[in-house]
Amino acid sequence: MTRDEAKTRIAERFTGAQVEPASAEATAGRGLPLVVTIPPDQWLAFAQFAKTTLGCRFFSFSSAVDWKEQGLEVIARVENVDDGVALMMKTKLGAGVTTCASLVPVFRGANWMERECYDMFGIRFEGHPDLRRILLGDDWVGHPLLKSYAVDTPHPPYR
Amino acid sequence: MLDTAKSSRVEFDYSGGERLMMNMGPQHPSAHGVFRAILTLEGETIVAVDAVIGYLHRCHEKLSETLTYAQYPSIASKTDYVAAMTSEFAYVMAAEQIGKIEVPKRAQYLRVIMAELQRVASHLLWLGTWCLDMGGALGGGATVFLYCIREREMILDLFEMLVGARLLYGFYQVGGTRYDIPDGWVAKCRETIDIIDQRIGEYEALLEDNPFFLARAQGVGVISRDLAEDVGIAGPLLRGSGVTFDIRRSAPYSSYEDFSFAVPVETAGDCYSRYRIRMVEFRESIKIVRQALDKLPDGPISSRPGLKSVAQIRIPKGEAYARVEGPRGEVGCYLVADGSAKPYRMKWRGASYSNLAVLPHIIPGHKVADVVAIMGSVDPVFGEVDR
Amino acid sequence: MNPWIYSTIAGFVVLNAVIGMVTYVTLLERKFAARMQSRIGPYRVGPHGLLQPIADALKLMMKEDIVPRTADRRIYNLAPIVFLVPCMLIFATIPFAPGLGVADLNIGILFFLAVSAMEIVGLFMAGWGSNNKYALLSAMRAVNQIISYDLPFIFAALVPVLLAGSLKLSDIAAAQSGLWFIFYPVIGQLAFIAFVVSTLAAENRVPFDILEAESELVAGFRVEYSGMKFALIQLGEYAHVIASSFLGAILFLGAWAGPGPEWLGPLWMLLKAMFLFLLITWVRWSFVRIRVDQILALSWKVLMPATLLLLVSTAIVVVWRAGV
Repeated sequence: MTRDEAKTRIAERFTGAQVEPASAEATAGRGLPLVVTIPPDQWLAFAQFAKTTLGCRFFSFSSAVDWKEQGLEVIARVENVDDGVALMMKTKLGAGVTTCASLVPVFRGANWMERECYDMFGIRFEGHPDLRRILLGDDWVGHPLLKSYAVDTPHPPYR
Repeated sequence: MLDTAKSSRVEFDYSGGERLMMNMGPQHPSAHGVFRAILTLEGETIVAVDAVIGYLHRCHEKLSETLTYAQYPSIASKTDYVAAMTSEFAYVMAAEQIGKIEVPKRAQYLRVIMAELQRVASHLLWLGTWCLDMGGALGGGATVFLYCIREREMILDLFEMLVGARLLYGFYQVGGTRYDIPDGWVAKCRETIDIIDQRIGEYEALLEDNPFFLARAQGVGVISRDLAEDVGIAGPLLRGSGVTFDIRRSAPYSSYEDFSFAVPVETAGDCYSRYRIRMVEFRESIKIVRQALDKLPDGPISSRPGLKSVAQIRIPKGEAYARVEGPRGEVGCYLVADGSAKPYRMKWRGASYSNLAVLPHIIPGHKVADVVAIMGSVDPVFGEVDR
Repeated sequence: MNPWIYSTIAGFVVLNAVIGMVTYVTLLERKFAARMQSRIGPYRVGPHGLLQPIADALKLMMKEDIVPRTADRRIYNLAPIVFLVPCMLIFATIPFAPGLGVADLNIGILFFLAVSAMEIVGLFMAGWGSNNKYALLSAMRAVNQIISYDLPFIFAALVPVLLAGSLKLSDIAAAQSGLWFIFYPVIGQLAFIAFVVSTLAAENRVPFDILEAESELVAGFRVEYSGMKFALIQLGEYAHVIASSFLGAILFLGAWAGPGPEWLGPLWMLLKAMFLFLLITWVRWSFVRIRVDQILALSWKVLMPATLLLLVSTAIVVVWRAGV
């Protein structure tokens, strides 16, 4: 399974996806990721496809980026360690949307990663078995990594 | 063993007559930092574990949005504070990848030398604390701990000669390194690694001929290959479960392709195989340092020399994910830049965060004493877990 | 002299000597361990740290006595005493020289073994009364371990009894005037090894110290004790170790036999006991500990059948030699 093979397989299965090679990576042959942008309703199906068909069984991490007016974007990186193919999956949730499908049924490593996304961004993952705050205290109000949350927001008794 | 993917939340009550809920941590001699494991016990066997983290959360990701690319590397070392050199490496590499900034050859070799020396120092601490957990603060474990700390002090002396700091450095900067090696450093480095090379053999003999140690480490905490890849653990844990994956080999960065070294892989997946891998990694790192010292080229140590130029680094719009093979696994930095002097978003992929996520899957079924052995072999550093 | 007066004075002297020895033996252990770990050990308090135990004792006496609010007060307060008394009582039967001992009973060694097994009641009381899950877990382990290892301990200690033909400790010492029992071909050495291993386990010393596994149970059954009560528990533990060392010296190392005049007997006894103590300490600072189920497996599956077999073969050898 090489990068180009992976590219063609993705293109034929998911027509809504945009695939491009990563814009800024070192020029080594192996390990270059493909950056795939997928519509949110196909997020879980694509992850399943990546794991079974493309052989990307190694789940590296998943996180989110807050693009202010354009809404949130959820990213995940999976890898095929045997063939050296890495996929950076992205999905733009859209302005004002804070729910996303959970990858836990496919990758068990997504459990803690999605809990952190919920903790920091407020994204509710549907299908997550145990969605609660992981890094902050259970009584914390607000989701700090959102751009609308100022760095010095007071929160007694912590600050 | 239970299907722990579903039952990751533990019942917070006495369900059934025989179950006991016990708290291990956050203050505990072998919690490796601040970590709370809520164990549900039936007798001495653990039935479920709920891992509570976040006691050391210092908001690195939000903080990085307020600091420039020149200010942040010193803070980056505070994530994995035991292996500070590799923590800074990922951030700096991510910024360089987006900005397409060249790093001179001498700087690359210096980075490699420091990263490998840091790996040796970090593994020494791992060995000492793991034996301390298994043998007790007043027992044979303390003996191995003190020997390992003695060796680690020698490496920290080298770093002090170079940077001025023993634990948290600000050695890496965007474009190269900040300091060059002083006179006499190369000779002292060679002397140090010779001593350590010989002493590693002594520790191996001390531990591996000991049936008690083998009884505690073999067959304990088995991580299957499938679980390892699924959860995303990396480093010695992944290689201990049979997956040949070392970033220095599969996606070489910073001139790692110039050096010849072996990547140890074991298939058993238990604590003993992870121990064996780290012992082999000691020797391989020493080999790399020797090769790098022999071939160290002359030249500038940074493509952006001078403080003024570094402080005003602006990285154009773009994003990159740079990763480093740290002592604990894949330390990665996902950076989104927006053309200003500060990042737009930075995510730390902490090696220990993913490694720790495997605990709820493998601990049920073991005894209480095994929890410390397994946690020691997973080798978490809570700066990386909580960031 | 009136035997009552004699016993009182002897008991008083022995108790004080034991307490003094316990405090200084902790210093000996710390110095020994330090040298093994390439460091020096206590150095500053007094010349070469010789006043360190005094400082520790004073500190423990002055510490605040914290009692958990939900602890079972009567059991919690009684536990250190119930633990300490058997550990001190066993010194009554140990003869330090021919005729020099508090009470040289006809059933000396039986008394020793029986009374030393009673400290487990104190241990369990401490674990239960603390109302702490760590202490409870440790108390459970204690019951398991000490009971399992008392049996091989007894069997190993009975081998010299068979060889000497008497339960009286001074008789056993006298029977070694020709050949120390440790040098007895095969049987002596095996019995000595079994004795040392069972002693380690019956006294919660590493590698069998799961009761107080610092890194798992954070001091186990003693976790809620502070100040003088903690000192009593420490005293009891070390007293037991020293008593077992003395017992081992009598049973296997020829008690007070040694070159030189008769009155050097107690000195040789002390040296041999310290040799055993240092052997136990050496093992302590070299090994990691093993898990509770492995410890129990070692006791029931390996040590017990082995010592039983050893005892039976000793009996056969003794009868055969008597017949010959």
